[in-house]
Amino acid sequence: MKPLHMTTPTDTTIEITRSFDAPVSMVWRAHTEPDLVKRWLTGPSGHTMPVCEIDLSVGGAYRYVWEWSDGRMSAYGTFREIVPECRLLLTETFDIFPDNETLVEQVFSEADGQTTVTMSLHYDSQATRDGVLQSPMDEGLEASYCSLDALISETV
Amino acid sequence: MTNLDSVFQALSDPTRRAILARLIEGEATVDELREPFAMSQPSISRHLKVLEQAGLIATRIDGTSRPRRIEPAAFAAIEDWLKQYRAVWQANYARLDDVLKELKEEDP
Repeated sequence: MKPLHMTTPTDTTIEITRSFDAPVSMVWRAHTEPDLVKRWLTGPSGHTMPVCEIDLSVGGAYRYVWEWSDGRMSAYGTFREIVPECRLLLTETFDIFPDNETLVEQVFSEADGQTTVTMSLHYDSQATRDGVLQSPMDEGLEASYCSLDALISETV
Repeated sequence: MTNLDSVFQALSDPTRRAILARLIEGEATVDELREPFAMSQPSISRHLKVLEQAGLIATRIDGTSRPRRIEPAAFAAIEDWLKQYRAVWQANYARLDDVLKELKEEDP
């Protein structure tokens, strides 16, 4: 099994990093196409995801529903930023805690046929409301960096 | 699951993090906490209330004094939750490995 790195870079942030043996195009599809997401984002064993709806557009909504022997839970939110095959910024709320919105950032980068996904969860309510992360890069610059990464891995 | 969202909410404020850092050194009364932060009593009380509701601190009644102390159980709960969270994502990503393997077989 590939190692998963989990850190808490600030008191209110959790960061998870994992590499996959697949090109970024496939890893992106597996994160954004409902039929694929349903097959792996099922959480603890015994849970299934009967409902998975994703409107992959800025401001678009998504909804996941998990079911297990005697329970049901859902998560929902909207996409704040989408840079295809590079970055997703979305809000996440679980129906059991409707007042708590988390800001989730997922960054995808490919090198040597391996794709690394870094997921940051921001539990800071201010960051969630403003959609602002402590990243020095703006979206345009980040998109350029992602293209540069892709170009470098293509030419190596 | 403990009220982890209220824990994270409580931790999201720098003053409250500083109060916790002070209380880790030992219990303190509201007046003792007020001093280094140069805050009014109502505003320090508000922060203490948020921390107490999140289960991060507790109040001890000692005559007329009400010293606050750290609640270690709350920190243990955060650690347990992080461990569970990690296990769930390990399982998710192991399944994602299988999905990606199939995608590669379909479209080599």
